Amino acid sequence: MKSLLAPGHRGCAGCCDAMAAKFALMGAGEDCIVINPTGCLEVMTTPFPETAWDVPWIHSLFENAAAVGSGVEAALKALGKKQNTKVLVMGGDGATLDIGMRSISGAFERGHDLTYVCIDNEAYMNTGVQRSGATPYNASTTTSPAGKVSFGNNRPKKNMPAIMVAHGAPYVATTSIGYPKDMINKVKKAVDIEGPTYIHAHAPCTTGWGFDTSKTVEVAKMAVQTGLWPLYEVEEGEVTKVRKIGKSIQPVEEYLKMQRRFSHLFKMEGGAEEIAKIQALADKNIEVYGL
Amino acid sequence: MAPENKIDKKKMVVVEGSYAVAHATKVCRPNVISAYPITPQTHIVEDLSQFMADGEIPNCEYINVESEFSALSALVGASAAGARCYSATTSQGLELMHEVLFNISGMRLPVVMTIANRAVSAPISIWNDHQDAISQRDTGWLQLYAENTQEISDMTAQAFKISEDKDILMPSMVCMDGFILSHVYEPIVLLEQDLTDEFLPAFEPDYILDPKNPMSFGAFADPNYYTEFRYLQEQAMQKSLKKIEDVANEFYDVYGRYYGGLIDEYRTDDADIIIMAMGSIIGTIKDVIDKLRDRNVKVGLLKVRSFRPFPAAAIKNALKDAKVVVVLDKNISLGLNEGALFTETKSSLYNTKLDVPIVGYMIGHGGRDIKVDLIEKIIDEAQDVMKTGIKIESQFTDLKEELL
Repeated sequence: MKSLLAPGHRGCAGCCDAMAAKFALMGAGEDCIVINPTGCLEVMTTPFPETAWDVPWIHSLFENAAAVGSGVEAALKALGKKQNTKVLVMGGDGATLDIGMRSISGAFERGHDLTYVCIDNEAYMNTGVQRSGATPYNASTTTSPAGKVSFGNNRPKKNMPAIMVAHGAPYVATTSIGYPKDMINKVKKAVDIEGPTYIHAHAPCTTGWGFDTSKTVEVAKMAVQTGLWPLYEVEEGEVTKVRKIGKSIQPVEEYLKMQRRFSHLFKMEGGAEEIAKIQALADKNIEVYGL
Repeated sequence: MAPENKIDKKKMVVVEGSYAVAHATKVCRPNVISAYPITPQTHIVEDLSQFMADGEIPNCEYINVESEFSALSALVGASAAGARCYSATTSQGLELMHEVLFNISGMRLPVVMTIANRAVSAPISIWNDHQDAISQRDTGWLQLYAENTQEISDMTAQAFKISEDKDILMPSMVCMDGFILSHVYEPIVLLEQDLTDEFLPAFEPDYILDPKNPMSFGAFADPNYYTEFRYLQEQAMQKSLKKIEDVANEFYDVYGRYYGGLIDEYRTDDADIIIMAMGSIIGTIKDVIDKLRDRNVKVGLLKVRSFRPFPAAAIKNALKDAKVVVVLDKNISLGLNEGALFTETKSSLYNTKLDVPIVGYMIGHGGRDIKVDLIEKIIDEAQDVMKTGIKIESQFTDLKEELL
């Protein structure tokens, strides 16, 4: 399969964004227009006058990608050019569920025919690993650092897929860059469904999370195998498919100990209790989704 | 010498200013309209929505966005995809768009937007002044100000033609005073579809988002490249000075109506006192001038149609024989105690050989009525300036001392 994201971009070794964008484009195909808010993916792929994109691509601002996508879709319709062309928005977690929340909510409520892929690496990586609404419980970031009286980020992740389901989107799915076929197939399915569709891709960041550049896929898989990141599809509001973990299920410690951002939990007094709280979050997912 | 307007009275209809704008937009054949309701812009978007509901705007999508921020953001994508794009807003909505305004101009997307000028909060006010648009003067949008509903209608078509010109490719704000023009009913000639098709060519940009010819829009520029983007924007602004004049003349050739290009003049030929202003206040000033001329007061008017680009050369030429210049501003740059037209007029004449006293009056903030006797008082004070020089360079005109 031809890669529509050219090599030679400025991403880090083991970069999750590059993998996610490549997989999403494999699912969408070359007859698409990509909208990309400000973030690592935008910066590393388009230092003027270079570009890594072999599809039409537009970046406007940080918080407006879904609105820009609305406009692209409306223009294609008005000009009689919509036919099979897919409108594909790809943005990070901050651009999607923090600063871009109004924009994506409006676009989905209005029912534009576009697919939004959130590449979730759980913090503001482009600006230096600051906490976002997608940062998980107890992760240490530069604005939610662990310290003498803190275990790091004191809130669980915002449940963005549920919010998008609540918008009445015909198709919402979670995926992970640790499972390329899963991601490619879900994007392909999403772009072929008329209306606003949403894919939330879990994407471990080697720099921000603190693991070796060769371990991106292993960390991604472990998030799924612990139950912390369940893979499921929701069609017309109903959960229709879940990726079962079964006997390969792992305790959350196996995931946490791979990453520097959780290392304080293994050193601080009370850390074990905090890890137990994270295990409870995974157990809840396992129960809710029947993992 | 300005050409004489040829208005066919049989074609005149009494419509609201907002309808005139909506109708003008319709006959300009937009492809994407994206707007969020805000007083006093609402009648424009309601009329456009009704046109859409009645199937009167072919090949057009109307996006009912969830905010002004998204209204303009949607047009970033739509314009880049090759659509002729329109929006309308005012006041808080325009201020919310601030970040997108820079973005649209920097990406050289020729969006046209009506501004129904209104004061900004706090305190919240729905009434007219020019603070909203003036505060956006550095965002890289052309700003044209209309005197009456016929002009705002005609200016809408002119703005599309100026903005979309391939030597320009800069967005335009077409400014009308909120309520005073947006909600007034006047007899005007609505833009004819056949004449507008003749006047305004189809929008056919050279670069669009197209899967058959993929290009990247909105790349980031490091210090090796950024400066030249800014320079080219300014160069386009400078080119638009002539384009605005040319398009006003082309408009006259097709429709027979003319309001000036960058500026217009009224009884300035032998004027000692020249008043400068923008927007609907122009009509009031003309009435006062007619009255005072009957009393042999040599006063004239310099109407500024284009605030961006700033027509420094045209203004200087119009002021060359004046003995005193009075600038009226419906805005203030807080901390400078001056309105923007005053500051920029003074600035543009510095380093030139023209040495004429200029005084500034800030007037009509938050929709306070500007009455004939207030303009007369200002002109009286200008006569004193001619005799004794400037005593107060810039001041509020219509303060109620009892409220302070």
